[in-house]
Amino acid sequence: MLKLPIYLDNNATTPMDPRVLEAMTPYFLNHFGNAASRNHPFGWEAEEAVDYAREQVAKLIGADPKEIIFTSGATEADNLAIKGVFEMYASKGNHIITATTEHKAVLDTCKHVEKQGGEVTYLSVQPDGLIDLKALEAAIKPTTVLIALMYANNEIGSVMPIKEISAIARKHGVLVFTDATQAVGKIPVDVNKDGIDLMAFTAHKMYGPKGVGALYVRRKNPRVKVTAQMDGGGHERGMRSGTLNVPGIVGFGKACELCQLEMESDTQRIIKLRDKLEVSLLQLEEAYVNGSTEHRLPHVSNISFKHVEGEGLLMGFNKNIALSSGSACTSASLEPSYVLKALGLGDDLAHSSLRFGLGRFTTEEQIDYTIKAISETVNKLRDMSPLWEMYKEGIDLNSIEWAAH
Amino acid sequence: MAYSEKVIDHYQNPKNVGTLDKASKNVGTGLVGAPECGDVMRLQIQVDDATGMITDAKFKTFGCGSAIASSSLATEWLKGKSVDEALKIDNMTIVEELNLPPVKIHCSVLAEDAIKAAINDYREKNGMDKIKFEESVVH
Repeated sequence: MLKLPIYLDNNATTPMDPRVLEAMTPYFLNHFGNAASRNHPFGWEAEEAVDYAREQVAKLIGADPKEIIFTSGATEADNLAIKGVFEMYASKGNHIITATTEHKAVLDTCKHVEKQGGEVTYLSVQPDGLIDLKALEAAIKPTTVLIALMYANNEIGSVMPIKEISAIARKHGVLVFTDATQAVGKIPVDVNKDGIDLMAFTAHKMYGPKGVGALYVRRKNPRVKVTAQMDGGGHERGMRSGTLNVPGIVGFGKACELCQLEMESDTQRIIKLRDKLEVSLLQLEEAYVNGSTEHRLPHVSNISFKHVEGEGLLMGFNKNIALSSGSACTSASLEPSYVLKALGLGDDLAHSSLRFGLGRFTTEEQIDYTIKAISETVNKLRDMSPLWEMYKEGIDLNSIEWAAH
Repeated sequence: MAYSEKVIDHYQNPKNVGTLDKASKNVGTGLVGAPECGDVMRLQIQVDDATGMITDAKFKTFGCGSAIASSSLATEWLKGKSVDEALKIDNMTIVEELNLPPVKIHCSVLAEDAIKAAINDYREKNGMDKIKFEESVVH
């Protein structure tokens, strides 16, 4: 029996894997100690659990456990990396390079840095969502201290050429920070092979709990330092004070271990489902995939259904299928997704998009149901769309003088 | 955001979706909004020349559920009204009827604009001056 509603918004957050919860439970109840309590068994147990989790997390990304700084999530890790590098390397320079399609946690942190006297270059992206490496290299100045580019995009799933980016950065002695929130646990990420100096990621996008994430900070070749953004007891090698979220960290560790063990089999299964979904939906007329299909996360698809508005489309099935749209009819600005617009999509196509995020618990039955429900709704809404009627009559919609409101 | 039951009902069972012959002299067509804004409404009225009564109304809308519901409701209200009565339909009555939240008020404004545009199109076709409306405030 198909159970509704179906969850296909795994880029927003993933459900917890029951095995993760199982690992966490004792650390809420019996082993509740503070990992910084050095003088009794409660503290020792907690510290041991954190150390073990730190190894599990480090192993997934090919890092040394000492290079893992636990945070409250990826947003905090983004803030710590960018502000921390900006402050720590102030004597070297004040210039940061990023891209317009970054997550708000990176973009808004960069805006903050600008207010503090920093200079930020926001690179535009190509229609596939990837940056132009030549443009990146051309943007580097003597004052550049950091390149901040995401590993994989949260809306379209496009995967940046991180290795090539870091090679350019190395050549110019610039640090590389990547927000790998969507990538870690889904595709192989190796901080050494990829040449990453700092990397943010979080547990709740890989079947772990919310409220815990990490910043990877390279310890050698080169040794990277960040200025702490939170003052206090000097936890996490002085880079992030605050009592450790022991159950969360234990869950994060377990989630990383499971991803490492099951990534390959999960990916093979999920990619088949994603491709089935995509191929079926693209059979509808005037449906387009947004972003790169070549360099893309295996579980993501972002599709625009021309002449149908995204939020209106969601309403046709959002009781039964959880998805998100690039349309922003609910926001006061009425601005559609800035990521889709950065790809060069017109506002009309950006308003017409749906983002599918499959996951470990997605089944073929769910995908079949989704294909049917979305196809039916698209057809129904097109029957009541004046734009669709005009398109079918061969009227060029660009020739009409719309009264923008 | 949760939609009101009335919005959901209009979305699921929209009233008067369709197209009237826009070349016909007694049909007025209003096309408002813009694809870039995520809302386009086309509302049409058919007027009985002798009585000045609206005998039929149809719509097609590209937009969110609230936009679809606002135009569906507008067509319901238009049928059986005289053109003069139709001019009195105010967007706030649509807001109240559908229980639209503040971020969706623009949908009702669009419906009111569509009614006015359709009436003006009808007037123009029949040798009457267009009525000048004040710019709607909530856009």
